[in-house]
This record gives sequence, C-alpha cells and structure tokens, in this order.
Amino acid sequence: MAGFRSTETYIASRDLEVAVNAAVALQRPLLVKGEPGTGKTVLAHEVARALGHPLIEWHIKSTTKAQQGLYEYDAVSRLRDGQLGDPRVHDISNYIVRGKLWDAFEAEKPHVLLIDEIDKADIEFPNDLLLELDRMQFFVYETRQTVVAKHRPVVIITSNNEKELPDAFLRRCFFHYIRFPDRETMERIVQAHFPDIKQELAREALNVFFQVRSVTELKKKPATSELLDWLKLLMIEDLPPEVLRSSDPKTAIPPLYGALLKNEQDVHLFERLAFLSRQRQR
Amino acid sequence: MLAHFILALRTAGIPASITEYLTLLRGMKEGVADYSVDDFYHLSRAALVKDERHLDRFDRVFGEVFKGLEPPEGDPGAEAAIPEEWLRKMVEKLLTEEEKAQIEALGGFEKLMETLKQRLAEQKGRHQGGSKWIGTGGTSPFGAHGYNPEGVRIGQDESRHRRAVKVWDKREFRDLDGDIEIGTRNMKLALRRLRRFARQGAATELDLPDTIRATANNAGTLDLKMVPERHNTVKVLLFLDIGGSMDDHVQVCAELFSAARAEFKHLEHFYFHNCPYERLWRNNRRRRESEVSTWEVLRTYGPDYKAIFVGDAAMSPYEIIQPGGSVEHWNEETGQVWLHRLTGHFRRSAWLNPMPEAAWGRYQSALLLHRLMEQRMYPLTLGGIEEMTRELSR
Repeated sequence: MAGFRSTETYIASRDLEVAVNAAVALQRPLLVKGEPGTGKTVLAHEVARALGHPLIEWHIKSTTKAQQGLYEYDAVSRLRDGQLGDPRVHDISNYIVRGKLWDAFEAEKPHVLLIDEIDKADIEFPNDLLLELDRMQFFVYETRQTVVAKHRPVVIITSNNEKELPDAFLRRCFFHYIRFPDRETMERIVQAHFPDIKQELAREALNVFFQVRSVTELKKKPATSELLDWLKLLMIEDLPPEVLRSSDPKTAIPPLYGALLKNEQDVHLFERLAFLSRQRQR
Repeated sequence: MLAHFILALRTAGIPASITEYLTLLRGMKEGVADYSVDDFYHLSRAALVKDERHLDRFDRVFGEVFKGLEPPEGDPGAEAAIPEEWLRKMVEKLLTEEEKAQIEALGGFEKLMETLKQRLAEQKGRHQGGSKWIGTGGTSPFGAHGYNPEGVRIGQDESRHRRAVKVWDKREFRDLDGDIEIGTRNMKLALRRLRRFARQGAATELDLPDTIRATANNAGTLDLKMVPERHNTVKVLLFLDIGGSMDDHVQVCAELFSAARAEFKHLEHFYFHNCPYERLWRNNRRRRESEVSTWEVLRTYGPDYKAIFVGDAAMSPYEIIQPGGSVEHWNEETGQVWLHRLTGHFRRSAWLNPMPEAAWGRYQSALLLHRLMEQRMYPLTLGGIEEMTRELSR
C-alpha cells in the first residue's frame, strides 16, 4: 500500500503515519489536534503531496455554516432577478452556489479535503456534516438531485480545541493528537527545513528555544512554526552561534525574540527574568 | 482478547463504542497495523480515543491489558503500593519536631500515615498539573514549605527506551487528563469550556422570516429585514480569595479569568480574603485605594451577573459564622450573612475550589461553605468547571 511517510520537508512520527494510513484505508475522516504551530494544517498539504491528490481547503470561521460547504441557494439574487425580469430566474440551478464539499465529491479524481479549524464554527457545525462525511453524499432540495462522491475524498480535519466536538461526530473519525516534538525530532525537523544550517547555530538555537519553552508562565509558548521562522531570521541576519549562548546574562533575551514571543506580556516576563539573572550575577 | 480490551477501556471511562471497535477491526483487516505491536498501539489509539484528555487513561489500560503491567501509580487502587518504610522516611524528612508533636493530637502516627498515603497518591497526579497541594492549608500537619514530590518516583524505571511500545508506560499525555487539577498547561483547555457557556448567551440571527413577511406585506417588492449580529452577553462577576493559603492558586485563577476577558465582554473581578465581608477590593497592590463596599457591588451589578467565587475555603469556621471572626479586621456581620446577600442577589452563583474534592471533608469551613452555596461548590478541575458552567447556564 502506497502509504503516507515522513518526507524531506515534513517529519511525521510513526503514530501519525499509522493514523493517516488508517484513515486513508478505511476512508474515514482524520481529526488532528495539537498545540498551535505543530503542523496540523501543513499535514494536509503533505498528505495530498504524498498521495498525489489535489488539495481542497475549507477554512472555517465563526460564521461558517455546514450548508456553505455543500451548496448555497442565493435566494436574494433570484428574487432581485425576478423583480427585474431576468430570464435566468426560471432555472433554479442558476442560483445554486457550490461549496467545497460538492467540489470534492464531483471531482474526476480523488482529492484531499482539508477542513481547517473546525472548532471555530458554531457548536452544531460538526453535527450538520455527519451524514455528508459518513456516506459522502448529500441532497440538494432546490433541484432535487443527490450529489454522490465519485471518489471518496481523504478528509483531514484540524481542531484547536476551542470547542468540544460532539460524540457522534468523533465516533466517525480517526483521531490524532500531535504531541510537541522532543528535542531529537525537532533536530530532524530543523534539518529537513534548513539542510545547510550551521550545526552549531542549530544546536544553540534549539537550546535557547527549549529554554524559552520551559518557562511555564508564558502565555503563548513558541511552537515549531515559530522556531522555523526564528531560525530563518537568524540565518538571514547571519548571527554567529556565540550570540545565542545563554550563559551570558546580558543576552538572556534571545536575539530577534519577536519571532518567538508573540505578546508583550511574554516579552516583559523575559526582560524581568533577564534582569533578575543579572542581579544574581552581581 | 480485543473485546476484553474495549470493556477495560470503557471501565476506565473512555467512551469507546461498538462503532469504534468495528473500525479498529476493519483497520486490522485492511492491514494498517501490519502485525507490529507498535503499529497496533497507534492504530487502536487513533481509532478508539477521541479526546487527548483520555490518552493517558488509554495508555494505562493498554499497558494493563497487553502487558500485564502493574497498575501505574496514581491509581486509586495503587495506594497500597507506596511502601510503608518510605512513607516513614518521608514523614521524618517533612516534619519539624513541633509538627511531630501535633501528630499526637491528630490521633497518632498510624492515622497520619493513612492521610499522608492518601494524599501522596492524590498528589502524584496533581503535581503534574503544577499546583502545589500539600502545604497550602495552613492547618495541614504536613508543613507549609519545601515539599516537592517530583523528586520521588515510584515504581518507574529510570531508563526508558524511545520505542513506541514504551510510550504507554511513560504516559506522556498524563497532564492532559481531565480529572487532574488545572495547571498552567491545562488552563487553556478549561478556558475553552467557559466559552461554551458564553455562546449560549443571546442568539439573535439574521431574520429571514421577517424579510419574507415584510416582502409579502410589501406586495412582493423586496424588503430586507436585518437584525443585529449575535453577541455574547454573558456577564461574569468574579470573586477571588487572595492571600494566605490561596497564594499558590490565585495566580492560576487570575490568569485563567483575565484570559477570559476576551470572551466575556462583561467580566468584573474582586478580591476577598478567606470569606467575603463588607469590603472587597479590585487591586491587591493598591488595596487601600481600590477597596469597594460590598453593598456598592450589589447595587452596581444586576442579578443577571453570574457570580463565581474562587477560593480554597480553608479557614476557621468562626470566620464564617461569628461576627468579628475575620482574621483581618472586626466584621460587624458574619461572612455567612454576606455570602447570603451575594448569592441571594445574583441569580446564578457558584464556588470554585482549587482544593481537590476529596479534601473538602477535612475542613469544616469547606463543608460549611458548600452548604451555604447550596451544594454549588465545584473543584477547580476541568470536570468541575464543566459542571459549574452547566449549573450557571441553566
């Protein structure tokens, strides 16, 4: 079975590989959770690449309705056309706007469908998609047609855990929780993204990174994506690795910290910690 | 074999159903697991666990069912596994001479052992969550300072292989378990739970029926009717116990709820010490300037505010039922009276207690407040907050 494996640019742990392959083999949606910045959305891109399928992305917002993924009936413009006497008004299908799910179902070849951040939507949203994701078909009331998936798409759903998902929905999914990578995995990830990074710089940067993460009071802990951004900056600035040696109390705030720390409370916290460590040195 | 596994999971409180079981079987038939134990572990986890809070329990059950492992520490049944001798040493290390003298008052060493044993078993799980539990009470015979259970490992091997087979033994997900008390890491999760009850506020939506009606009245000429977008109108009033035994908890609480500010447009907070009396304050550092009379709070905030008290309720009962019982000042009226006024004024109120539920029984004051709150005292755990939000949004 041509399955999903770690690629040069995406390091997947074995359990993630198994979860993806199980979801593909059994044609069930895969629900991925994890800290922000651990590569949930990127996973869908990588799966699409590994399987050689095109990717359809459906980004969910707080106002998104499940129906919008299937189709929308634009009643207002039909009403307006009716009042203006437009001949288009006689065919209702002119006013049916296809959604992402419809696109994925009608496609000539199998697709990967990413439903991104499903927890952003209303609490009933997953329930409204139960049958559609289970049977991979839905009914268009306005035109009395049933849309059935020609090829069942590989569905990947990400969630940031802002809302609890209903049990009935969960029952139909495979589930994977992306754990924060340990040091070893992180080194592999860094290698995958920056093959020509200086070893010493990478090592020092990772030291600083894990130190920053170990500060428990942080509001937003930096995650993989922040680390990669930061490394990119470090490489552009071409900073010598010595700068990162955190044993020097003057540099207890990491250089270019803007990429790692995302709110001012965290930056203040670090300034305070740096100040305290300077005091201790004296 | 597998049916047994599912049953064990269900007993452990993981809601795995027939559907998931069949999925797992189908997955194995399709050869996803590839006859490797590691892959089987991964596959069954992906198929059967749907919530990261259950991952820890799953690991434990998997370990028990497939390896015949000893139940890992932290289990309710594992208390007996803590060696007596080790406990004795612990006690010696922990207690000062003075406190040892108190032991006699508490019913002797044997009884204390029981309590300590129980407490240690509980603490194992809780410490992961980041709350320091022993030593917060002030009345606790175990001393207030310097006890760190992290250094103690029971029945766990030093060197663990990195292989996945060992993952369930390592229980890497343990701090996500829902029954463990909230630490900084679990806080985000708990916060999300508050959001749910916030969403149930006012639900006004775009008014299509009204548009149709208006259009019909208009003899078919389109007349669009708009209604305002729905807003979250839940109002929350927060009373935080501060100082003394709450020192360990209050930062956690404040962080938790200050982050909630984004969600609750109307979030107000006040501090009190041990029990609310006639004065509350908004800012601890400038307590004198920021003091507010409780009457004023009652007048300012309407009964539609949901009042949440956060405190460990560990104090002398006199502080609740006796005029002048407060440890800080002379209070004309008892804490009981003030609490009655507050809970009577606000239609929905609840008390969150950062101490574990099992420990409330040991404080008369906690039981007293529990009764005064009409049983609406909840532990400050994810589960407790969920229960509380359910009660508050009813």
